[in-house]
Amino acid sequence: MKHVFRMVLKRILASVVTILTVSVIIFIGVELLPGDVAETVLGQSATPETVKAFRKELKLDLPPHVRYFTWLRNFVQGDFGNSLANGRSVAGLIGWRFANTIFLAGTAAAIAVPLAVILGILAALYRNSLFDNAISTTTLSFISFPEFFIAYILIAVFSVQFNVFPSLASISPRMGLWEKLYTILLPALTLTCIVTAHMMRQTRAAIINVLASAYIEMADLKGIRRLRIIILHALPNALSPVINVIALNLAYLVVGVVIVEVVFVYPGLGQLLVDSVSKRDLPVVQASGLIFAATYVTLNLLADVLSMLSNPRLRQTH
Amino acid sequence: MSSHEKLKQMWAEGRITRREFLARCSALGITATLSPFFLNSSARAAVPQEGGVFKLGMAGGHTSNSLDPVTFNDVMMQMTSMGFLRNCLVEQDHNGRAIPELAESWEPSPDAKQWTFKLRKGVEFHNGKTMEADDVIFSIDYHRGEKSKSPIKALVKIIQEIKKIDKHTIRFNLKNGSADFPYVLASTRSPIFPTGTTDFNKGIGTGGYILESFEPGVRLLAKKNPNYWKEGRAHFDAVEVTVINDTIARTTALKTGQIHAMNRPDRKTAHLLKRQPGLQLIEVPGGLLYTFPMLVDVPPYTDNDVRLALKYSVDREQMLDTVLHGYGAIGNDHPVAPIVKFYAEDLPQRNYDPDKARFLMKKAGKLDHTFKLHTSNAAFDGAVDAATLWKEHAAKAGIDIQIVREPQDGYWNNVWMNKPWCACFWFSRATADWMFSVAYAEDAEWNDMHWKHERFNKLLNEARAVLDEQKRDEMYQEMQKIVRDEGGVVIPMVANMLDAASDKVRFENPAGNWELDGLRCCERWWFDS
Repeated sequence: MKHVFRMVLKRILASVVTILTVSVIIFIGVELLPGDVAETVLGQSATPETVKAFRKELKLDLPPHVRYFTWLRNFVQGDFGNSLANGRSVAGLIGWRFANTIFLAGTAAAIAVPLAVILGILAALYRNSLFDNAISTTTLSFISFPEFFIAYILIAVFSVQFNVFPSLASISPRMGLWEKLYTILLPALTLTCIVTAHMMRQTRAAIINVLASAYIEMADLKGIRRLRIIILHALPNALSPVINVIALNLAYLVVGVVIVEVVFVYPGLGQLLVDSVSKRDLPVVQASGLIFAATYVTLNLLADVLSMLSNPRLRQTH
Repeated sequence: MSSHEKLKQMWAEGRITRREFLARCSALGITATLSPFFLNSSARAAVPQEGGVFKLGMAGGHTSNSLDPVTFNDVMMQMTSMGFLRNCLVEQDHNGRAIPELAESWEPSPDAKQWTFKLRKGVEFHNGKTMEADDVIFSIDYHRGEKSKSPIKALVKIIQEIKKIDKHTIRFNLKNGSADFPYVLASTRSPIFPTGTTDFNKGIGTGGYILESFEPGVRLLAKKNPNYWKEGRAHFDAVEVTVINDTIARTTALKTGQIHAMNRPDRKTAHLLKRQPGLQLIEVPGGLLYTFPMLVDVPPYTDNDVRLALKYSVDREQMLDTVLHGYGAIGNDHPVAPIVKFYAEDLPQRNYDPDKARFLMKKAGKLDHTFKLHTSNAAFDGAVDAATLWKEHAAKAGIDIQIVREPQDGYWNNVWMNKPWCACFWFSRATADWMFSVAYAEDAEWNDMHWKHERFNKLLNEARAVLDEQKRDEMYQEMQKIVRDEGGVVIPMVANMLDAASDKVRFENPAGNWELDGLRCCERWWFDS
């Protein structure tokens, strides 16, 4: 176990470097975009005079490196700063939106992950049968469609035609848990459709891969039931690639759902990030960008640790 | 457009009288009462009823929004000034006329340089403070001065000083005479808030609703102000504004009854909304100007024949039908919308004339020139389609237009006022003077044509200080003619305001100066029980 800790420690140190690098890249990226927050907020009604006054007020007239290091100093001390566009605290803007994003991602994952793994196992069990082909075709068609298309289809059927689920997933803190779940069911289903195929295919492939090994043949010859072989003998050894794919998809559920947020009017982090980029609101872009980066880093680390623990060979190397 | 639609439009714009409209409709064999205009303006008129929670789904809200009036950059925030959370000194009625709001009355000096405003007494802010002269002066001063970043900074520059006469009287001393000065105080950017306000996001004002919670880009909740000073307004118990920027999401929410009203329905599918039971499409003649400015100091646009040739080279009728789906009127290359006072009704309409365009272009010797038209849907929805149509129309006149598609992001900074010819969009201002002053005067910051016309500027400056309506009318007529014939802008069409609502919602005479009844839907509308 010792070297697992050592690895985790190493990876955490590397993550800090990654996140700092990301912050520099975000800063440079936003700087490179034409226009700044003063011009975009004032928009068509900007005049050179008002833009100048606005820049001065926001200290945008300072050189870029000074602004970056001021931001970094505050950030390290836990101060995310204030939005340049509306003066609200970034922590206040992001906090509940991030919670919303996690809530939606969590709900989608709670449906998608078990579904994908079970479907994957069944597909491996009935390999090349009509059933296998049917679920592969269905799930693969779902990822081939753009996500807004699936979203609109679900809305057309479940909100417009039958009027059973709301098309607006605008949850508010006043709602109870069940009401919230009911409200976000359609976006969660949309996301499920998008991520299931990938995880399902990986589970199926990994299990089939393991099924070709000699020890499975042995078990088979012993007369153990097919399902039992798969669940008790094949799956544990196929876990490592499956965990990695699940982690990647979970990360996607957190960071890549802006279109679903827009279509369902869901107040999540993606919408905030897009709005802030278009307004060049650097502190908000930085904070949300770093949250996304940290999500990726953490989930990848988690996946590595879990696949190590699930695989005795990886666990024991030196 | 069918002839019925056309008649409807003409009537709505006041080009024909109601009697004429009815007569001509029956001549065509159409039942005039089917027209939504009649439903909206007469049959639906009833005694407003109180109560209900009004749910409004709106495009035009962003996570970067704040309730600080100098950073208002889209309609959701601007709506808060229109009797919703706050009031202005002056209101615009459905005909666009300036009527008293927080000011009880006003009086100009004969040279229109000194304006004395009497303030309404006994009006309270949401925090209990009584509104007085100091609050008004603070609110207007907020836009003035060196440090101001206000979008109306250029407008309030005309104010030399604001004097407090007593608690309920103030006097504006202007640098020059301005007969339309009250309209400046009716702007969505000039609401009145308590003196000393620093935290604007509390939304303290004198409006019909009190802010309960506001999450930028998500939703705004407000409950009825039991103390509202304005008689017969603010009928709902509460208002819930949800930001829904996606058009399909907004339309679906309305169809499924999750919201009661929305702005900006898709023009392509608006006719389907009209057909849906339980919904109403609200079409009001408006002033959304779809313009194509040319920089007249960049060749070949320096030559007025070239500009005229381009003006004649576009088939406005077809553009109106295709891009606006008929929800609008054709433009006459000047920026005064038909709803604005002093609109030049008698000025002959410029139409598509490929022969004339070719003749003028030949005269200018530019038939072999390729005209680059920079366009993007950032300018207005359908700007790329409009340019594509134009290219076809101009080709028939032997004029070569090349379409340059620009990215939406940064369009206003990088393309508008930088490229010699581009697509642009203007909200018609409340008065002809205002419209001309912001974009057509030689010293205007947003003169997106770099256009300097001596006679025009002379007239513009003179007309401001003239209080005689007849004389002003003549002057503005002439200015519109000058812009139309010598200006650097092509305005092929003027769009109508289009909103949609549940048929439970009632209103009278919706205004066309902004969407959603001049952005006053929360204050003016009510539910039919």
